[in-house]
Amino acid sequence: MSTHAIHFDNISKVYPGARGAFKALDQVSFQIAPGEFFGLLGPNGAGKTTLISVLAGLSRATSGRATVMGHDVIADYAAARKSLGIVPQELVFDPFFSVRETLRIQSGYFGVKGNDAWIDEILAELGLTDKANANMRQLSGGMKRRVLVAQALVHRPPVNVLDEPTAGVDVELRQTLWRFIARLNREGHTVLLTTHYLEEAEALCGRIAMLKQGRVVALDKTSQLLAGKASTMLRFKTDDPLPPAVGATARVTGRIVQAKARDAADVETMLAALRAAGVKVEDLEIGRADLEDVFLEIMQQVAA
Amino acid sequence: MSLAGAGTLFRKEVLRFWKVAFQTVAAPVLTAIMYLLIFGHVLQDHVQAFPGVGYTSFLVPGLVMMSVLQNAFANSSSSLIQSKITGNLVFLLVSPLSHWAWFVAYVGASIVRGLVVGGGVMLVTVWFAPLRLAEPWWIIAFAALGAGMLGSLGLVAGLWAEKFDQLAAFQNFIIMPMTFLSGVFYSVHSLPAVWQAASHLNPFFYMIDGFRRGFFGVSDVSPWLSLAVVGGSFVLVAGIALQLLRSGYKLRS
Repeated sequence: MSTHAIHFDNISKVYPGARGAFKALDQVSFQIAPGEFFGLLGPNGAGKTTLISVLAGLSRATSGRATVMGHDVIADYAAARKSLGIVPQELVFDPFFSVRETLRIQSGYFGVKGNDAWIDEILAELGLTDKANANMRQLSGGMKRRVLVAQALVHRPPVNVLDEPTAGVDVELRQTLWRFIARLNREGHTVLLTTHYLEEAEALCGRIAMLKQGRVVALDKTSQLLAGKASTMLRFKTDDPLPPAVGATARVTGRIVQAKARDAADVETMLAALRAAGVKVEDLEIGRADLEDVFLEIMQQVAA
Repeated sequence: MSLAGAGTLFRKEVLRFWKVAFQTVAAPVLTAIMYLLIFGHVLQDHVQAFPGVGYTSFLVPGLVMMSVLQNAFANSSSSLIQSKITGNLVFLLVSPLSHWAWFVAYVGASIVRGLVVGGGVMLVTVWFAPLRLAEPWWIIAFAALGAGMLGSLGLVAGLWAEKFDQLAAFQNFIIMPMTFLSGVFYSVHSLPAVWQAASHLNPFFYMIDGFRRGFFGVSDVSPWLSLAVVGGSFVLVAGIALQLLRSGYKLRS
């Protein structure tokens, strides 16, 4: 029996289609240990949600095997699902019920009775106490998102999967959510997070896997990913065209330029090239590469 | 099967229709009254289906059973399609509930809605026509089995349909004609031979005929034959629904 909180073993998922088969996942294998805060990153269409769907039993892998707390998601689905709490990406809700009714119903599906004390605690932690008796239809998008999180946690699963939980939500909810999730993680819950906010992943996740076109293209501790790939980053703003010495490695977003330098000497060479080309530079910063730089570098390498 | 989980889903499904009872219970009762007033008034002195039974009295059990069947179908099918289209079925899909739990809960709630609406129709229409309860056990058996069969059929239709109009087509082109051609409004003995034979191929005919037997003690065919046909139909449709749920048909990709 596997001791991993989550184990993906050679998972492939192929969708047949009129124009040929589409391989959404291609032999994905990795494990997450109990108590880890793990990040799953990748561009849109990389296969993150498909992989989570396989774990939740919403989708069946074409080949390979997945387990949650050692329970096979197909053969032992009831035990696997009891161990898993999923926050889905889409903002879905049942319009017939209030927040409290929704949470009681979700508890009941998992065979958990008399759960009001825990429901009250989740409501308080997520800032939903005063909305407990409001119908789901009356809630704002942010509030509905909080209820989705509460539903995933209502049966106290040891493994929590959050599929882009902060997409399109305000700063207050993000802070509330991360405070609560970090508390659960400290108490021993395993967390698998997918997000497009890479600063969140860098701040929260101890390990990260990156997916592209259904394949794992990077898998390491966050600190190792940053140390291994990275380099010094030169960041500044300009309206002028860049000289080739800088432009070759730079990422330009509007007026913001982020250029990768191997070392201090490389920084000096770049600055000299900018001066020589007469480029007017504003807000110059020299810093360590962040997860976004690493992510883009890895994705570009794979594309090449 | 998790009894607690199935019980929660059952209660949720009952609560779902009860919260909108004006639409799910009161409206079908009103429709049945309209049928009774119009058909009863027009045909009272022109049709005698069973000896000694007035047309309005004959009509009441048929309308009650029609309401039971149509509402049992509507409950499971509309709940499933709504949950599929709005996406909130995911909360059930990630739960540990087995296909048996889904089936028992959805069909159980359908039976409850069918019986509540049927009871409502009977309570109101009984004022318009005298009714006997000659063999009441048949009333209970056919109401429960018929509602179970239609609840299961609603489950199959709700799983199959991907859009509301597909479900409406199922309801309008299969359920409605089969109920209307089942002898709700007439005794099949009043039909030409060909149509009599055709009626005997319709399982809804046996549901109505067996149910009516409970009131009047007379029926077009033996109630035991009706029980066998209705029971067999229920087992067949329930088997299909269970297999679709087990395989995750149109639920799990």
